[in-house]
Amino acid sequence: MSLDAAIQLTLGPLDLDMAVSVEEGEVVALLGPNGAGKTTLLRAIAGLVVFRSGRVRLDGQVLEDTAARVYVPTERRPIGFVFQDYLLFPHLSALENVAFGLRSRGASRRAATEKAEQWLDRVGLRKYAGARPAQLSGGQQQRVALARALAPDPRLLLLDEPLAALDATTRAEVRRDLKRHLDSFRGIRLVVTHDPLEAVALADRLIVMENGHLVQTGTPADVTERPRSQYVADLVGVNLLRGEAGHGSVKLASGPVVAAAGAEVGDVFAVVHPRAVAIHHNHPEGSPRNVWRGRATSIELLGNRVRVRIDGEVPLVAEVTPAALKELNLVEGGDVWLSFKSTDVGVYPA
Amino acid sequence: MTVRRERVPLVVVGLAAVGAAFFIVPLIGLVVRSPWGDAISALTAPETLEALKLSLVASLSATAVALVLGVPLAWVYARLEFPGRRLLRALTTLPMVLPPVVGGIALLLAFGRRGLLGSWLYGTFGITFPFTTVGVVMAETFVAMPFLILTVEAGLRSMDMRYEEAARALGANRWRVFTRVTVPLIAPSLIAGAVLCWARALGEFGATITFAGNFPGVTQTTPLAVYLLLETNQDASFILSLVLLLVSLLVLVGLRNRWLGSA
Repeated sequence: MSLDAAIQLTLGPLDLDMAVSVEEGEVVALLGPNGAGKTTLLRAIAGLVVFRSGRVRLDGQVLEDTAARVYVPTERRPIGFVFQDYLLFPHLSALENVAFGLRSRGASRRAATEKAEQWLDRVGLRKYAGARPAQLSGGQQQRVALARALAPDPRLLLLDEPLAALDATTRAEVRRDLKRHLDSFRGIRLVVTHDPLEAVALADRLIVMENGHLVQTGTPADVTERPRSQYVADLVGVNLLRGEAGHGSVKLASGPVVAAAGAEVGDVFAVVHPRAVAIHHNHPEGSPRNVWRGRATSIELLGNRVRVRIDGEVPLVAEVTPAALKELNLVEGGDVWLSFKSTDVGVYPA
Repeated sequence: MTVRRERVPLVVVGLAAVGAAFFIVPLIGLVVRSPWGDAISALTAPETLEALKLSLVASLSATAVALVLGVPLAWVYARLEFPGRRLLRALTTLPMVLPPVVGGIALLLAFGRRGLLGSWLYGTFGITFPFTTVGVVMAETFVAMPFLILTVEAGLRSMDMRYEEAARALGANRWRVFTRVTVPLIAPSLIAGAVLCWARALGEFGATITFAGNFPGVTQTTPLAVYLLLETNQDASFILSLVLLLVSLLVLVGLRNRWLGSA
């Protein structure tokens, strides 16, 4: 079993060209900033958005193929869709909401009610069977939406920002529940999110997209260790440089040469963790091979660390302790030296 | 700091009072001058009963026809984009501003025995509409349906269409989406539209008398009876007017929150 989709479409400012394949048994998260086209891609897979060219195949069955002029309407696709704000039918009770898909797919009233009750039980909301969506909390609505999507036994489960509508306190709890339900669902699972924490918590594999295009795909560990775009680097919180590698150094496109351990050659990415970047008042003496001048443009306190953004030949973010900052007597706009060891530069092919 | 209130503009308030009195005095007149003592006998007289019954049947039928034809029309206006949509919409809402007599004449020219469609209908099937109860229903529908169309269209436009997508993603076909999701979600507009349509149909006079005539028991609806009884039996005329007034009041109160705003 697998989902196989390749979709090209233009929708307003969005120019989307993506290929996605998801195997049975894995949870894949589509991660990207707002406006990247994640939701549009999900809706296209569901048949809710017309696309210019491409195809969607599920378990070898063609759901849509522009070249072959095949289009299976949304209501005949074996999918479950959890919408961002759930879209529970406000005029139906929780039970009727969950039974809706079963009734739509031909189950008798009794069978549908029975199964819907079981599902409400599974998400721990049996007591709320008669409640209208407006009477439920955000977390409860989310669970009803999940039960409603799963009750008809879809082969493909699509979730659009399933936790975005929740406040921070309930999110962690609902995320745990969601993870559990995702794990027990045997079909194919695709989750859209803009929250890296959520993506890492829920998914086995990430697909990062920006501006309608694929940026990176891999396990959460892969993606966080080897970011391939500024967006991912910012999410993970590391410095990302790009240049030409050779002879133990990386020549950046902007000119400077960064000393880096490793044998990579050619077009590469180089990451430097902010913790590895040291800040000095005067030109430092010692072993670090990389020493640059710069100006601190912003100083931000994050818990027990301070992030200092430094502009210069090689713009970098450094992370120091508040005590170190005090000792340096550093203020925004102040001139500094920064250094890092060549062994702290991670280099991998671009 | 207190806000200094502006002096009340006496001229404006005076004119407003005259304006209000202009509406209220006739209503008082109707209530005061009605022969309350003879109300029961006037209402149960065969001719008034007949008119009331016909009015009820015809206006409810007109509302039913308006629902069957008007809801799809409203859906087309709200959901489909096609050339000439605005023109078509204007034409189908025209009866709201058209003098009803003109509507009646137009219906005669279309569905009369020598009308555009009427002559063919009569020649082929022997069907005639003018001067029949069906004609009354047609006249009332013609005048009243636009109220339903516009109200339902507004409801369809303001509803969140993503609920329909959610229903489709749950396997609901078009009919199920419409009956189980769309209709319940626009129910307030649907009810308001139907009530407005019914009230307008109930009071219809001009198009009805022009197209359907004035035959007691067949086409003489309550408003027509009110007008004719004014010559022969004023008391009955007043009582019937009161009945219509009462119905209108009920409609207004019923729609207070749904359509007319509660300000």
